[in-house]
Amino acid sequence: MTAAASLKSAPRSAFDAVAVKRDFPILARTVHGKPLVYLDSAASAQKPRAVLDAMTFAFENEYANVHRGAYYLSEKATANYEAARETVRAFVNARDAGEIVFTKGATEAINLVAFSYARSVLKPGDEIVLTELEHHSNIVPWQLAAAATGAVLKVAPVSADGSVAIDAVAKLIGPRTRIVAVAHVSNVLGTILPVEQIAELAHAVGAKVLLDGCQGIVHEAVDVQALGCDFYAFSGHKLYGPNGIGVLWGRGALLAAMPPYQGGGDMIDTVSFAGSTWAAPPARFEAGTPPIVPAIGLAAAIDYVRGFDRAAVAEHERDLLAYAMTRLPTVPGVRLVGTAQRKASVQSFVMDGAHPHDLATVLDRSGVCVRAGHHCAQPLMEALGVQSTARASFAIYNTRADVEALVAALHKAREILL
Amino acid sequence: MNAATAEAGDLLSLYQEIILEHGKRPRNARAVEHATCSAAGNNPLCGDRVTVTARVDGGVIADVGALAKGCAISVASASLMTEVLKGRSTESAARLFKAVKDLCTGTTGLEAAKAAAGADLGDSVERLAALSGVSQFPVRVKCATLPWHALMSCLAGGGAATTETPAAPG
Repeated sequence: MTAAASLKSAPRSAFDAVAVKRDFPILARTVHGKPLVYLDSAASAQKPRAVLDAMTFAFENEYANVHRGAYYLSEKATANYEAARETVRAFVNARDAGEIVFTKGATEAINLVAFSYARSVLKPGDEIVLTELEHHSNIVPWQLAAAATGAVLKVAPVSADGSVAIDAVAKLIGPRTRIVAVAHVSNVLGTILPVEQIAELAHAVGAKVLLDGCQGIVHEAVDVQALGCDFYAFSGHKLYGPNGIGVLWGRGALLAAMPPYQGGGDMIDTVSFAGSTWAAPPARFEAGTPPIVPAIGLAAAIDYVRGFDRAAVAEHERDLLAYAMTRLPTVPGVRLVGTAQRKASVQSFVMDGAHPHDLATVLDRSGVCVRAGHHCAQPLMEALGVQSTARASFAIYNTRADVEALVAALHKAREILL
Repeated sequence: MNAATAEAGDLLSLYQEIILEHGKRPRNARAVEHATCSAAGNNPLCGDRVTVTARVDGGVIADVGALAKGCAISVASASLMTEVLKGRSTESAARLFKAVKDLCTGTTGLEAAKAAAGADLGDSVERLAALSGVSQFPVRVKCATLPWHALMSCLAGGGAATTETPAAPG
């Protein structure tokens, strides 16, 4: 092995954020003549060269449709696609690769469960428990399922600091509860929910638990056995992977009993106009040609992330969050939104007298990218008593200098807007 | 002009004094008494909201108010709108709506907008030109036009206006 190759494959135990930035081609560009300071990874993360190269290589060398061809390229593409599935299995510690369903994103994954599982088990008066801080993708599918089945939604409130108290959830879980669907980590507040305890409470009454893991898969070590959930959904594009790929992990026994979500090719066993029969999971839930190369890209993203020492990354993000939570309030009028004890590196904030939308516009001109709006969490905004917030999120490639750039831009925004 | 100055110029043009002033202290931010029409406007992408009420008498907008909640651009636009519309005909309102759209999207410059609107509306178009800085910020155009969409909906008989394509019935 050459020195260069051994450098590439050696785990990086000392976290070098500047070196990490160099792995991401887009971070070298300027915006409006300023260096790009990307603080919106919670909306979508940037991609490392390793992911881009893996996808280009797949398209240039090993591409054909999967599961169908009787020639080398199709066999190879199939092997790569299934290898990607195994990479995901290992990453979340699922028992079997058959428990990993590839979807086009987390939203589709949650809709899959709400349609295929929920609609087949829910009876009128059954209860689905959610929280006030959920993303719309973990609210609307359940509203649709409830409307179709006569089930009702129960919503656990969020506390002033952005946490969700286990007691608040416990109060709502009872003999009629069939499904508990909560975020692993809040996309607005960064709050890490007490999901292990929630799973215990749910299982005690025979309910199943779905976790929205879009932020959780990025910031927490996800072991679906340890978490105790029954379904875990996440998207590839927030985990430094490409668009158009997501994952639903589901307990084997549950998936095996679930009817199809979408119908079409690949999810069938036999088809005739007298009736069709279904393939076993995961194929049963992967109708049509799958996102072959995006799946390969997701596996490359997971490999990239696994190349780092977990503890070092966690410490890096913890340091950035703590630094931001100290520095942001030094800008006059800035108030942090989401200050739970246990939280990930996602920080919403508001500024007195300045609307988040106007803040984001001024920040953009300084090359600083933050999100402004309701973050697909309108019920949460209402619960917090705000119309919208600005949100900065910190990923593997962010540095303290990025936080300083944000603070400087906020001072400038004050000058222009107030 | 170097990039930095151009950017600074853009921002100062967008958030010029008149916009900030109207954004912080909007005029006619009230519900009109004896309103003959009312309409709500909503931008689901960013949360800007506005409710426009008007009392139209014989084709003239005798009184108009706009309660806007949202970013400085949308609030300022609503405020300027009520200022230029009071006492004007509904037909003038339509010409001013077109002028605002053209100025905000950068489709025309000030002189062309004034010519298109008609000599009688020249002063109003100049006042509304304060919003034209938004033409350098495409994402914010809808913030500026939202109150006007609500107004036109109001004059057409009321209802809801959105900056997005109308939703299908749920």
